[in-house]
Amino acid sequence: MKRVFGDRKTIAILLGPTLIVYVLLKLVPVCWSLGLSFFTGNTLSGFTFIGFANFVKFVGDPAAVQSLIVSIVFAVLATVGQIVLGYLLALLYVFVLRKGSAFVRTAVFFPMVLPTVAVALLFRNFVSVGANQGPINDIINFFGGKSVEFLASTIGTMGVALAMTLWSSMGFYAVLLYTGLLDIPDEIIESARLDGANGPRLVRHIVLPLSMPILLSSVIFSLNSTLKVFDSLLALNNGGPGTSTSPLTLYMYRTAFDYGDYGYGSTIALVLTLLCLAFTLTVFRSSSRKADA
Amino acid sequence: MPEMTSTQQLVATNTAGRSRVRTTASRRAARILRRIPVWVLVAVLLIVVLYPQFWVLMGSFKSQTEFLSSPTWSLPTHFDLSNYVEAFTRGNVAVNYRNSILVTIPSVALMIALGVAAGYALEIMIWRGQKALLLLILGGIMVPGQMILVPLFIVYFKIGITGSLLPMILTYTVMGLPLTTFLMAAYFRSVPRELFEAATVDGCGPLKSFFLIGFPLMRNAILTVALVEFFSVWNDLLVALTFTTDPSLATIQVGLLSLNDQYGSTQYGPLFAAVSINIIVLMIVFIFLNKKIMAGLAAGSLKG
Repeated sequence: MKRVFGDRKTIAILLGPTLIVYVLLKLVPVCWSLGLSFFTGNTLSGFTFIGFANFVKFVGDPAAVQSLIVSIVFAVLATVGQIVLGYLLALLYVFVLRKGSAFVRTAVFFPMVLPTVAVALLFRNFVSVGANQGPINDIINFFGGKSVEFLASTIGTMGVALAMTLWSSMGFYAVLLYTGLLDIPDEIIESARLDGANGPRLVRHIVLPLSMPILLSSVIFSLNSTLKVFDSLLALNNGGPGTSTSPLTLYMYRTAFDYGDYGYGSTIALVLTLLCLAFTLTVFRSSSRKADA
Repeated sequence: MPEMTSTQQLVATNTAGRSRVRTTASRRAARILRRIPVWVLVAVLLIVVLYPQFWVLMGSFKSQTEFLSSPTWSLPTHFDLSNYVEAFTRGNVAVNYRNSILVTIPSVALMIALGVAAGYALEIMIWRGQKALLLLILGGIMVPGQMILVPLFIVYFKIGITGSLLPMILTYTVMGLPLTTFLMAAYFRSVPRELFEAATVDGCGPLKSFFLIGFPLMRNAILTVALVEFFSVWNDLLVALTFTTDPSLATIQVGLLSLNDQYGSTQYGPLFAAVSINIIVLMIVFIFLNKKIMAGLAAGSLKG
C-alpha cells in the first residue's frame, strides 16, 4: 500500500504545477523583495545598493512613522471592536435568539461579502455634509446638533473607517464565534445552570473561558487582516485629510508605484510583514503564558 | 445583556411564586413581555445593518435635483433607471464587470485545479518532506501580498504582459493558492484513507483514484473554497490597482474608485447606481449560497 501511494510520478504530476507556481511567483518574489529592500531605484532608473539606508530612512521618515501608527491604531481598535461586537452578537444568537437566529445571522453577515470600495463610497455619502447631506448629519441636526464634516478631520475619518469596518465585518465575526459557542457541550452549560450560574455570571465563568481558543484565533485573524487595511482608507478619504490616515499599505503602494522607489517600497512591505508576525507572536505568547498560570 | 437577563430572572421568580394561580394566558403574556427588549435590540441591529443598503438603493433611482433638494431619507418620486443607464454607458461599468469576470473565473479555477491536486498529493500520498512542504505553504498564507507585488511588477513588465489581464490572474492565483491547498489538504484529511486504499486493491492507481474518487468526493469542499476565493478576488483592490495600467483593464473595484473621482460631488445618481449594482448582484448570489459562503469564510479564516 505504501508503495502505491509513494509513487513518485503521481506525486510529481499532482504537486508539480502548484510547486512551480508557488516557487516562481511567491518564494522567489519574497526573497527578491527582501533583497530589493537594500537597494534604491526602479527598473527604468536602475538599482543602486545602499545597504541598510532604507531601514535608517524609515525610522527617520515622518510619513512612514505616521503610516505605521495609523496601521497599528486602526488594527488594534478594529480588532477590539470586531471581537467584542462579534462575541456579543454570537451570545445573542446562541443564548437569546436560539433556533430563531438564522435570519438575523444571515442578514448581519451579508455586508461582509460587499466590496470594501462600494461600502466606503456608501459611508462617504452616508456621513456627508453640504447640499446632499447624508442621514447621519440629519440625525445630528434632529437632536439639535450642528452638521459635522467627518471626513475633514483625521479623527473623524478614522472613526468613519472603523464604523464601516465594524458594520461590514461584525456579522462575519459573529458567525465565526457562534460556531465556536455551538461547540460548547450543552451538558456543561446545563450543569452550570443547575449550580446556580445564570446570565452574565454564566457567560463570565463558564462560556468565556471555554471560548478562549476560538477568540484567540479570531483575534489573530482580525489583527492580520486589519493591519493590512488598504481599500477602506483609500476609498473612503484617499488616506486623507492630507496623508494623516494613510496606512503602511497605502504608503508602500505610493512609494513603489507612484514615486517609483521599488527599494524603499520593499522595505515598507517588509516592515508590514514583520509587524504582522510580531502581533501574531505577541498574542500567542500572552495566551500561552495565561494557560501556564 | 445584563438588563435582559435580570428582567428574565425577575419574571421567572414572579411566575414561580404565583404559579399555581396563574393561567397559561398570563404566563404567555409574561413571556412576550420579557422578550420585548430582545425584539427592540434585534430591530435596532437590523436597521443599522439594512438601512444603509436600502438608502443607497433608493438613491440610485433619484434624480440630481432630488438629491440636492429633498431630504436624504425621502423615497424617490419615481423609479427611474436612467442612473443605471448612465453608469453603464459613461461610467464603464459594463467593461469593469467584463474584466472582473475575466479575471476572477480563471483565477479561481486555476487555484482550485492546482490546490485540489496538491492537497491530495500532500495528504493522501506518502513521501518524505510532505509535512515540511505543507508548513512552507502555510507560511505563504502569512506573508502579505505587498511582499510580492514589486518583484512581480518587474517580471510582468520584463516579459511584456502588463497590457493584459494576465498579471492579475497570475497574481491572484498565487495569492490564493496557499490557502486553497491548505484547506483542500484539511478536507482530504477528514476522508477515511481506506476509501483510497480499497480503490488500489481494486486495481485503481493513485492518479486514477484521485480523478475517480478524490476529485468527485471534494465537490462540496471545492464549492466552499471556490466561494471564499471568489469573494477575495472579486472584492480585491490592491492587486487590481497595481496592475491596471490602462483604464480598459479596470475591474469593478478600480472602476468604482475612479467613478468617485470622476463624479465626486457632482453626479450622485450614477455613483449610487454603481454601488447598488454591486449590492444587488452579490445579494442574489448570497440569497442562494449564504450557508455555504458563511461556513466557507469561517473555515477559511480559522484554519488559515
